[in-house]
Amino acid sequence: MASGVKPRVKVPKSASAGEVVTLKTLISHPMESGQRKDKDGNVIPRSIINRFTCDFNGQNVIDVKMEPAISTNPYFEFEALVPEAGEFTFTWYDDDGSTYTDTKPIEIV
Amino acid sequence: MSLTRRDTFGLALGALALTVLPFRANASVDDMIAEFTGGADIGDSGVDLTAPEIAENGNTVPISVDAPGASEILVLAAGNPTPAVATFAFGPLAGSRMASTRIRLAGTQEVIAVAKLEDGTFARTAKTVKVTIGGCGG
Repeated sequence: MASGVKPRVKVPKSASAGEVVTLKTLISHPMESGQRKDKDGNVIPRSIINRFTCDFNGQNVIDVKMEPAISTNPYFEFEALVPEAGEFTFTWYDDDGSTYTDTKPIEIV
Repeated sequence: MSLTRRDTFGLALGALALTVLPFRANASVDDMIAEFTGGADIGDSGVDLTAPEIAENGNTVPISVDAPGASEILVLAAGNPTPAVATFAFGPLAGSRMASTRIRLAGTQEVIAVAKLEDGTFARTAKTVKVTIGGCGG
């Protein structure tokens, strides 16, 4: 597991039923592309997050397949439909098999 | 400046690489698009790609894609060592068919977005981004 991986997510605290909200996610990760070389000319092996998903109460919002061309500290902004109160689950899948998750509740007003 | 024989040789090699490389890159981009669309025809309208005209730093170039009614959007960078960038698949609770992220570009090149629309058709758009400092190490 890459060290110091920390997901950060911005979700509004509340929404009205059926509202479309904007979600912003950022995760600190080096996203080593496998193209770079170290001082001695050896290729630094690829180590990236290859997939990101966001679900709301078990239903999928977005599923992103990521390649090495995604920048360090991958950032995503997208919109989700909120039909009812519940919880967003964000999951990042690392090349080394580990997953990082974050959850955020949202209320209906 | 006077050109030595070595300089001339270097220039010739560079020119050769320039003419050969784009063809190779484009072939693989075409393959990836064909794989995504399954060989279907691709329309011109229906997908929007927002990217800066000039990016100072190729390490983080903000882009955003928007294709109303799309179920999937494929983003490619034709001039990168590996052209694939990302594939966005929208689920039932996606509020809109847009997403933005930050990508790496190795140099000045075309960024391509291909959207798979819900009616089974495909749309494609491309935008040239000028990059002052490339983002692939080296």
